[in-house]
Amino acid sequence: MTVGEIPVDDRTVRRPGWRDRLARSDVLHDFMRDPAAIVAASILLLFAVASLAPQIVAPYDAFDPNQFRLTDAFLAPVWLEGGDPRFLLGTDDQGRDMISAIIFGARVSLFVGLAGVLLAVLIGVAAGLVAGFVGGWVDAVTMRVADIQLTFPAILIAVMVDGVSRAAFGQADHNQVAVAVLVLAIGLSGWVQYARPVRGATLVERNREYVAAATMMGIAKWAIMLKHILPNVMTSVLVIGTIHLAVAVILEATLSFVGLGVPPTEPSLGTLIRIGNGYLFSGEWWIAIVPGCVLVILVLSINLLGDFLRDALNPRLK
Amino acid sequence: MLSFLARRLGQAVIVMLVVTAVAFVMFRFLGDPLVAILGIESTEAQREIVRAELGLDRPVAIQFLNYLGGVLQGDFGISYRLGRAVETVLVERLPATVELAVSGMLIAIVVGIPAGVYAALNRGRVLSRILLSASLFGISMPSFFMGLILIWVFAVTLGWLPSFGRGQVVDLGWWTTGLLSAGGLKALVMPALTLAAFQIAMIMRLVRAEMLEVVRTDYIRFARARGLSHRAVHYRHALRNTLIPVVTIIGLQLGSIIAFAVITESVFQWPGLGLLFLQSVATADVSMMSAYLILIAALFVGINLVVDLLYLVIDPRLRGRSELERA
Repeated sequence: MTVGEIPVDDRTVRRPGWRDRLARSDVLHDFMRDPAAIVAASILLLFAVASLAPQIVAPYDAFDPNQFRLTDAFLAPVWLEGGDPRFLLGTDDQGRDMISAIIFGARVSLFVGLAGVLLAVLIGVAAGLVAGFVGGWVDAVTMRVADIQLTFPAILIAVMVDGVSRAAFGQADHNQVAVAVLVLAIGLSGWVQYARPVRGATLVERNREYVAAATMMGIAKWAIMLKHILPNVMTSVLVIGTIHLAVAVILEATLSFVGLGVPPTEPSLGTLIRIGNGYLFSGEWWIAIVPGCVLVILVLSINLLGDFLRDALNPRLK
Repeated sequence: MLSFLARRLGQAVIVMLVVTAVAFVMFRFLGDPLVAILGIESTEAQREIVRAELGLDRPVAIQFLNYLGGVLQGDFGISYRLGRAVETVLVERLPATVELAVSGMLIAIVVGIPAGVYAALNRGRVLSRILLSASLFGISMPSFFMGLILIWVFAVTLGWLPSFGRGQVVDLGWWTTGLLSAGGLKALVMPALTLAAFQIAMIMRLVRAEMLEVVRTDYIRFARARGLSHRAVHYRHALRNTLIPVVTIIGLQLGSIIAFAVITESVFQWPGLGLLFLQSVATADVSMMSAYLILIAALFVGINLVVDLLYLVIDPRLRGRSELERA
């Protein structure tokens, strides 16, 4: 091993960061040989582009009431009788173009999901690092809390968080904080799955010589945790995070569907399905089923990519 | 073994105390119970009376002990939304959820375990690939959307099954059941399938992964070397050892199936605990939420205890280890 031109003793070489390791591992090579992963990644790329620039991609602005007319309501998708070429996938109960509603809805879903996962990662990684590095009663308390929480499914915790915020804010004000509450609900219900592996890895890394060396050099504890231990656990966080994102998107959709999530003024995919649910019996099935299919495709793509990452980044499975 | 049991029991009691404390804090400090009971137009004098009646004027610690005492006797207070005793409503709603959860779990076990074993033993065959893809689809499918599609196909389009409710219910006095009438059974089909779909995928994937792990171990290789038949190796050696973690998983899934029942019940307007809980959350009925939290926690803690006990029964090594610990 060399750093630049100078050959150095193995033990003093800086351990490669997670970015180097990602580049050096065979991930790219594996990726090109996995058609499912390529398809999944392409679909996700499409979702990402549509979410970043919905005004350009979507034919209409789904959040602008001036752009849809009630006279256009309940139009079927074009391939069915009563379809209108202006609206490829039909319109909903307010004459909103389904494609636009779905693009804007997926954007809300993805934003809430990503933000929730990010919050869970922040809480979980911080808790795991501190618990593993400090040890003692801090460790004991954190892990007991994690144990207790792990016995409750995420959906219950998320519903509970929503209920508490409803009681605390009052019904009227709740719509304004609905998105923030959703992010909080996802974050609080998912942090344990990061805290445990990070704590485990930290316990192992803590006793390595390079940490002892760093301590002797007088580097602060927080710096050791962030700069030396954190990079070593990033790969597993990435894998857990991808699979968690799928769960988070489902969680958001589910909460919105039962009426505890995003309000109908700026609907997410789940809210759209909730709206469509009311028209399932009168024959306008596409209002619920089309956004639902998009949701399934989104989650399936994330899961496929997650499965791929897990296999590709885990040398034990090779 | 006794010390192991005592430790687990101690932990269970602590967890229940913590959860009850959280429930109490919610119950006591969220919203204003006086306004909830009396309405906004009530006078201060009226509120004083009810406050004294509910014991809200006493120190918080005393209130918590009172609450704890009430909970231990099955008294969870009055529902703000329904104006009835919480425990009465809970007991009314319990049978619907239990019947739904148990039938869902049975379907999941009957389908999930064989599918997982097959997929593990016949790696690479077309059917196991299909099963595996289907399972990935199954965990990507939100359960509420699954229910919606079932309703769309079987209730709206074909008109075979009812889309909501429990159908005809037979009252046994202490229990109401939908299992004894054709209408009740018909109504159960779609909710139970919806609930089972995710669990089938979950159990199948876990059984498969576990079985693959076991098949790789030395004693399986040794059993093969001894010339035992495939059947003996797979079912007498491998499956048995796979079942240990599977029992844990199924035990723990029983908890999550009751959690998922919340969603399924909402889709099918199934009159169980889950629907009650959602309605309570949507209307900020704090006393009902607290009671549900405690009830679910008790259920989960109970399940965990039972799973631990089953572990001792199934896995003799654990018994040996605790005996060594004692020595």
